[in-house]
Amino acid sequence: MSMFSGFQFRKISTPIHNLDPRIKFIFVIVIFAVAIMFNEFLVLVVLFFAHIPIVLVAKVQREWIRSMRGAAFLATIIFVTNLVFSYIYGGYQLAPWILENAIALTLRFVVLVESFSIFFLTTSPDHLGLALEQSHIPYEFCFAFTTAVRFVPVLAEEAQTIMDAQKARGLELEKGNFLKRIRNYIPILIPLIVSAIRRSLELAEAMESKAWGAIKKRTNLYELKVRKGDYILITLTIVMLIIAVYVRLYLSIPSLTSLISH
Amino acid sequence: MIETKDVYFTYPNGVEALKGVSLLINDGEFVAIMGQNGAGKTTLVKHFNGLLKPTKGEVLVDSINTRETSVAKLARNVGFVFQNPDHQLFCESVEEEIAFGLRNFGFEESLIKKRVDWALNLLDLTKYRQTSPFLLSGGERKRVALASVLAWDPKTVVLDEPTIGQDHRQKEKLRQFIVQLNTQGKTVVVVTHDVEFVAESNPRVVLMSEGKIVADGLAEKILTDEALLTKASIVPPQISQIFLQLSDLGFPANIIDVYQARDVLLKRLEARRK
Repeated sequence: MSMFSGFQFRKISTPIHNLDPRIKFIFVIVIFAVAIMFNEFLVLVVLFFAHIPIVLVAKVQREWIRSMRGAAFLATIIFVTNLVFSYIYGGYQLAPWILENAIALTLRFVVLVESFSIFFLTTSPDHLGLALEQSHIPYEFCFAFTTAVRFVPVLAEEAQTIMDAQKARGLELEKGNFLKRIRNYIPILIPLIVSAIRRSLELAEAMESKAWGAIKKRTNLYELKVRKGDYILITLTIVMLIIAVYVRLYLSIPSLTSLISH
Repeated sequence: MIETKDVYFTYPNGVEALKGVSLLINDGEFVAIMGQNGAGKTTLVKHFNGLLKPTKGEVLVDSINTRETSVAKLARNVGFVFQNPDHQLFCESVEEEIAFGLRNFGFEESLIKKRVDWALNLLDLTKYRQTSPFLLSGGERKRVALASVLAWDPKTVVLDEPTIGQDHRQKEKLRQFIVQLNTQGKTVVVVTHDVEFVAESNPRVVLMSEGKIVADGLAEKILTDEALLTKASIVPPQISQIFLQLSDLGFPANIIDVYQARDVLLKRLEARRK
């Protein structure tokens, strides 16, 4: 469950935590867009390392490393698939650019996970809900969203307990061939799903007994305000987007392989 | 035999749950592990079948270091019944549920059938053989969970909070069942908050507080030690509370059982009548 813990929010106060979640979200979306726009190794490597100062300022190094480790498995699959397919398409020749290409596409995935992970690590579920509400999204949707986010760690913990309970009955998750291994997860998924459904029914009852939705117009104790830091971030984001679009349209980026061979 | 040698355990999130626990549980013993929430009880017993491995120190199960073997191998000898049966039930029928563990341990089909029949009968579940475990009541699901572990006849049985959510009758039945398991030679380890439950069976009590063992001894000694119990936020059984308050009248202070109390009181009353 290490991948989930990479998304678990811890309440501390740093410049990154105090940013407006709406602006942070725009930043994440732009990172996303840029990562999708380029498949050149050099750009993606810059994007990857550009996150590190943010991680350090936000003091979430440990969680960040954990989420990177969690992404490692999928990243490996992406790497191997790309390597194999570009090997086949490249006429069964192992050229350095094949390797570079595979690494670049893996990095793209890692960058996506990285920026999303940082967003969730530094944004409290409450702020996220507020941001949605103040973007005039109907409260029902905001509530459903924040509840989903809030229950991720609860579910992760429950999955761990269920895994322990089944291991104690002799279940070996790592045993058998690929299909058998997938089937090994049935004893974990069924109790997890059943309990999630049961929990959601209980939650619905609890909400109704607290008169959920009785008043149409809701007021909030806290309100989000765009501050100086937010203006800086949004400016940086826009500049980054413009540069990225410009570079994409008018410049060509050398590959690492061609740089080395010169 | 289960032995923990100066065991420390820290969860990945940084919480230090065990701080130097040394404990020896011999074959055939009946041990209740008590203590407040967060004292480290469940963390400790999860070391007995290797679900958790100590951060420092070592755990030996029948002289095998839990670090050097798998949970599946250890579980064959140390059966673990979790607190919430809903965390393990997933099959279409009670019968299948009980057979699950047996299949994992590689029992032969003919033997599986025999063991399933035996376990169904043992916990009075034969009439639910084909029923889905999800349709049963809370107490029945708990019994299915228990049956699914006892089916492979582990030498040691660990029960985490077996009495939670059970009515008095079920609890009494369960208690007698556990005592019976123990008299048949099984090592039984119970993690519990339930003082009355412990008082009625008088096992060896291991009292934990903040990741350490603070006391270890017979229930009648520990459950009547007020200073100790306050430290571990446990209230003595009601009958002991009365006797503790009457100790200045010459009553013994180590009474935890109602029947024992009745005998003492009767003796006193008869002596007076003479």
